[in-house]
Amino acid sequence: MIFDKIRKQAIAEWATLQQSQQPRILLGTATCGRAAGAMSTLEIMNQELARHNIDAIVTQVGCIGLCYIEPLVDIVKPNRPRICYSSVTPKIIPQLIEDYLIKDNPRPDLALGTIGDGTIEGIPRLLDLPMLKPQVRIVLRNCGHINPEDIKQYIANDGYIGFIKAINMGPERVLGEIKKSELRGRGGAGFPTGQKWEFCRRSPGKEKYIICNADEGDPGAFMNRALLESDPHSVLEGMLIGAYTIGATHGYIYCRAEYPLAIERLSIALNQMREYGLLGDNILGANFSFDMEIKEGAGAFICGEETALMASIEGKRGMPRPRPPFPAVSGLWGKPTNINNAETWANVALILQKGSEWYDGFGSQTSKGTKTFALVGKIERTGLIEVPLGIHLRDIIYEIGGGIADGKQYKAVQTGGPSGGCLPASLLDSPVDYDSLVKAGSMMGSGGMVIADEDTCMVDFARFFLSFSQAESCGKCVPCRIGTHQMFAILERITRGEGKLRDIEQLEQLSQLVKTTSLCGLGQTAPNPVQTTLRYFRDEYEAHINKKKCPSLVCTRLINYYILPGKCAGCMLCLRDCPAKAIVGGRRLVHIISQEKCTKCGACLDVCPERFGAVVKVSGEKVIVPSKPIPVATSKALKNKG
Amino acid sequence: MTKIKTQTISPQNENILIRLKRVESQFGYIPEESITEVAQSLDLPVSEIYGVATFYSFLATKPLGRNVIWVCQNLPCHLKHAEITIDNLERTLGIKPGETTSDNKFSLELTNCIGACDYAPAMLINRDLHGNLTPNKISQILKLYK
Ligand SMILES: Cc1cc2nc3c(=O)[nH]c(=O)nc-3n(C[C@H](O)[C@H](O)[C@H](O)COP(=O)(O)O)c2cc1C
Ligand code: FES
Repeated sequence: MIFDKIRKQAIAEWATLQQSQQPRILLGTATCGRAAGAMSTLEIMNQELARHNIDAIVTQVGCIGLCYIEPLVDIVKPNRPRICYSSVTPKIIPQLIEDYLIKDNPRPDLALGTIGDGTIEGIPRLLDLPMLKPQVRIVLRNCGHINPEDIKQYIANDGYIGFIKAINMGPERVLGEIKKSELRGRGGAGFPTGQKWEFCRRSPGKEKYIICNADEGDPGAFMNRALLESDPHSVLEGMLIGAYTIGATHGYIYCRAEYPLAIERLSIALNQMREYGLLGDNILGANFSFDMEIKEGAGAFICGEETALMASIEGKRGMPRPRPPFPAVSGLWGKPTNINNAETWANVALILQKGSEWYDGFGSQTSKGTKTFALVGKIERTGLIEVPLGIHLRDIIYEIGGGIADGKQYKAVQTGGPSGGCLPASLLDSPVDYDSLVKAGSMMGSGGMVIADEDTCMVDFARFFLSFSQAESCGKCVPCRIGTHQMFAILERITRGEGKLRDIEQLEQLSQLVKTTSLCGLGQTAPNPVQTTLRYFRDEYEAHINKKKCPSLVCTRLINYYILPGKCAGCMLCLRDCPAKAIVGGRRLVHIISQEKCTKCGACLDVCPERFGAVVKVSGEKVIVPSKPIPVATSKALKNKG
Repeated sequence: MTKIKTQTISPQNENILIRLKRVESQFGYIPEESITEVAQSLDLPVSEIYGVATFYSFLATKPLGRNVIWVCQNLPCHLKHAEITIDNLERTLGIKPGETTSDNKFSLELTNCIGACDYAPAMLINRDLHGNLTPNKISQILKLYK
């Protein structure tokens, strides 16, 4: 078979590359690397290599998920383990090249860890580091290791073997394998993938479609972005297997327009598939014809919902419609359609490559396999991770994530974005799987984890998600359009300090109503952030309403800045810096903030020298200050007296 | 422009959204006349075309500046002080979100998560991502655009 030849050649090329006597450099240039300046690092690196006449092989790879210390540069010298260097800015790269490539000093001080066989003194093994040790990277196995723009590197690493197996097994057995793996959808709701495929496979009709949902719009989520940029073929192989099993003739990848690099790499990947006979008529002689194309979104969150997404592919407004009929019966242009999330598709390829028994070794009883998550917000190490389902939240936050940023206290984590809920500290020891999260009032969602610390106001937190949902509501059904708007208005009122006693009760009633009567998942889940914050942080709501106090000192309308008369030294720094000109005072006079003029920007608190510590930020309390500036000494004397 | 009269839209190739995207890439926005034109050529009511054009936030129905800044306003960015970024952009450019500078150089828009929360606070200028924004960085970034 032709593929055999291609595969042999790809493996041989890969082996030659691995055993190359030239030094090799791998640089992460996915969006995250680029945002950290990887392209400038690349430019300077190439200049330096030329200047020193070093003949190195430079490969651009995807993302290994350590977003907080990019750009990442890996250097491999013959017969040595690969060394991963972090935060390699254009400033550092010339020195690194000179030291390691010329003087053979591996610079342990700049290194993060080694990959592969062998050790280097002073450098730990990368996979032993706390942020990587609890991770199981099977879906992301190739990310950061292969060139995503070269299909041969994917093939050399067992790529498309899953598809070859599939065509040898025949559709029914492939379906059985997917069902046996108990794979559940990674797009949010966790519907069993095998069952979904079966509906579509059994649906009558000659023309069927499959879709990859890569619209990833949840605030806090970028897993699909990283996967598609770093290893597009793993998703496309899954789609090929799905199309073969379901009997689809055409596939679409619906990718949000905000991901231009993912779109570019997907289109390169599709062209290479065509070139290698993996798309088109009679693929690999298996009597199976299939092609796919990319559809770019146009900036509408709701298009992530499956029926809205299909309307958008058809070129209409991306409005959801009631189900049934389900897409498996009547989807794109009324034809049977199967839609899965990008990560689900990548799991499919993996399951076929390695078998469902192997896959069964990962995950928990009801949630098999792994899940990718994006850690963002107030976490020490932001990034993209992959963990076995069932892992405890604490391990994700404290081991992998390194705890809360700036040494602050944990308050909550939001999973599932605007459709999910928050999990307080009391749930840190619960497992992260589909069912436990639902029980806690949240949901898996696509995989964004937004971490809140002690300085985060949970009413404000809920308000942000509601503001998102009400803005992105397509407006088709009344409960979602009006309900989310009403809920948002109440939350706004509470954060402004105008909350009424009845507001909590009304929020609860509205939540229930919107949840049960909305047309699509957006409305049905939009109240979750409100319900969970009410469930776990009701005291914060009550403080806002009853005491007009924001305990976390966030809600600007409820906080005040004061200058303590006993501490002010009259240095005039705050007076000069106040953009609102709200401070009166003078040299050696106690300064006073006009509460009417103050915009609560906090500039005075920032500039007040630490040794004075005269500016305070309070909520729900009053600080007695003089009515007009008085000499500093007087106030000191006053303070001393009493 | 010659008009192609098509009764039924061929599923794969021609549809309203594709047509509108083409118009937008030609003019930088979707002028009213184009909406009418698309409606006539597809034999659909103008309201339907207009409905699609206004549904998607990346389709502009009014002229925008040469460069469009999309600043993320969602929670992960907010937790990293996106409001300072937005405030800084407003003051540097002298415009509010939804407006365009008088020299037509920049339009400022607020947007929802652009999937760059690992580099919060973040913004897109046209399609280029800029993250970990600070007032200092912003003034340097703006200089890159003509
Ligand atoms: C408002 C809304 C937004 C959604 N956004 C996405 C998304 O961005 N990506 C995704 O895969 N699924 C999203 N979904 C879920 C899809 O409707 C659908 O269930 C999913 O693509 C199915 O794939 P899976 O079975 O592989 O999870 C969204 C659902 C709703 C209600
Ligand atoms: S929240 Fe701003 S980029 Fe995601």
